[in-house]
Amino acid sequence: MNGALLEVANLEAGYGPVEVLRNVHFSVASGEIVVILGANGAGKTTTLRAISGMIGCRGSVVFAGQSIRGRRPDQLVAAGIAHVPQGRGTITDLTVEENLRIGAYCRRDGEVDADIARWFDVFPRLGERATQPAGSMSGGEQQMLAIARALMARPTLLLLDEPSLGLAPLVTKELFAQLATVNAETGTAVLVVEQNANLALAIAHRGYVLEVGELVASGSAEELMTDEAIRKAYLGF
Amino acid sequence: MSEFLQFLFLGLGQGAIYATLAVALVIIYRATGLLNFAQGEMAMFCTFVIWMAWDAGLPFPLAVLVGMAFGFVMGAVIQLAIIAPVTKRAHGNPLPVVMVTIGLFLALSSLAPIIWGTDAKVFPVAFGEGSIELFGASITHRVLGTLAILGLEVVVLWLIFQRTRLGLAMRAVASNEESSALAGVPVGRMLMIGWGMAAAFGALAGGLAAYVGLTNTLMLVPLIYAFAAATLGGFDSPGGAVVGGLVVGVVTELSAHYIPFIGNDLKLLPAFLLILIVLLVRPQGLFGKRQVVRV
Ligand SMILES: Nc1ncnc2c1ncn2[C@@H]1O[C@H](COP(=O)(O)OP(=O)(O)OP(=O)(O)O)[C@@H](O)[C@H]1O
Ligand SMILES: [Mg+2]
Repeated sequence: MNGALLEVANLEAGYGPVEVLRNVHFSVASGEIVVILGANGAGKTTTLRAISGMIGCRGSVVFAGQSIRGRRPDQLVAAGIAHVPQGRGTITDLTVEENLRIGAYCRRDGEVDADIARWFDVFPRLGERATQPAGSMSGGEQQMLAIARALMARPTLLLLDEPSLGLAPLVTKELFAQLATVNAETGTAVLVVEQNANLALAIAHRGYVLEVGELVASGSAEELMTDEAIRKAYLGF
Repeated sequence: MSEFLQFLFLGLGQGAIYATLAVALVIIYRATGLLNFAQGEMAMFCTFVIWMAWDAGLPFPLAVLVGMAFGFVMGAVIQLAIIAPVTKRAHGNPLPVVMVTIGLFLALSSLAPIIWGTDAKVFPVAFGEGSIELFGASITHRVLGTLAILGLEVVVLWLIFQRTRLGLAMRAVASNEESSALAGVPVGRMLMIGWGMAAAFGALAGGLAAYVGLTNTLMLVPLIYAFAAATLGGFDSPGGAVVGGLVVGVVTELSAHYIPFIGNDLKLLPAFLLILIVLLVRPQGLFGKRQVVRV
């Protein structure tokens, strides 16, 4: 796939002697929503951490035509990759608004305040709690905050690690709907790793299936949704 | 009454010095969860630089600023060249880094006499020798000036941490390093700046403390009081460090004067008791946050 925004090939990563990922290949095009499905321990988090420079890896990771392997997370944010880690990673001692400001740390333009107002519009619950410590918010609100904070960097690629984790089904549904809207309006590409295949495939354009460190299937969202084996394993019907 | 006031102010003046050093400890503790045992010796080293600048003819306040600038660079370089690599290889174990700060303590303390000799250096008294009368007590300009400096520090710290982009990033790193990095904050640079700022505050403490004469043992005792102050106020609270420093200063001066068997020799005892009581009753300190472990 030529001209992909993110092109990952032969990716191998692990923790010390423990090899987690083997020979992982995938890509994300500009403006695309791609989902990687996988059960617990499949290596979804490890994949995202390798891309955003939190752990070392081998293989090739090319973003916007440049190799980004070995760069620091903060450099990647400046380059256009924002990563919302598993468990949200809001900065709990800072207020909601301060969290958003931190998200814009890499920016030098004068539109930070305007962007904050914009995300308060999209996520009104954040606006109502602007001066509260992030740690005092509910799980769903913190997930929204984490996503809004990542968007404050004006990324071209958003990495989301199990945004549905620990959220009520209705909240998750709302969140995914908002993600689809954000993607449509800003053109930000999204790479989301999920176990909640139903909701993720509903908004994704394409998907991959990761099993114990290897990609075992890929296809358009419709193809994956209708695949018998995948339905059994990840959709539960 | 006037005698009490006299010792109260003397205690506040000493307390302001402990508070300043305690602020340095707290800045590093908040950013890295590390007790920097070398903080006092780094301050002592910078104080020799202040002395050199003053001895070379610079006005004292300017010499202090030179020492603080030197401290900033020294702190940043120590973090970059020693602390960061050791932290990385320690994989979350705080012990190696603490050992390194103790090593630094010994290195700086033995290096100073080699560079500057063992004779006590005559050092200027900040704000001069005069004094004013207040309710029958005589309060020195030095004590008043030192307290004013402490007030200024509090304002500057508040402005930096609450009103600047840099301060926001430093608070973010103190709260959650990994999330800050993912949000785009260059964590390594923030830690460097934190060490630099802490060392600059240490230099200021040294400049205020050295009027008694400058040797390489200048900050040994103040460091212990500063630890007591930070324990009392809470190791994660700069405001707590300031209050803690003043309380420790007052308690030690008053008890040395009013409790006969303590006197000058056992001055450290009340500070030690204070640490013990705080650790037993309120381990997080008066203004510290209770450590909540969330899973
Ligand atoms: N810090 C670590 N040290 C050692 N092994 C780890 C570490 N983190 C993860 N692993 C191992 O790597 C493998 C993949 O973990 P990873 O977190 O990537 O899975 P995941 O797909 O994100 O799972 P989940 O859905 O539970 O979040 C697991 O076997 C896990 O035990
Ligand atoms: Mg995971």
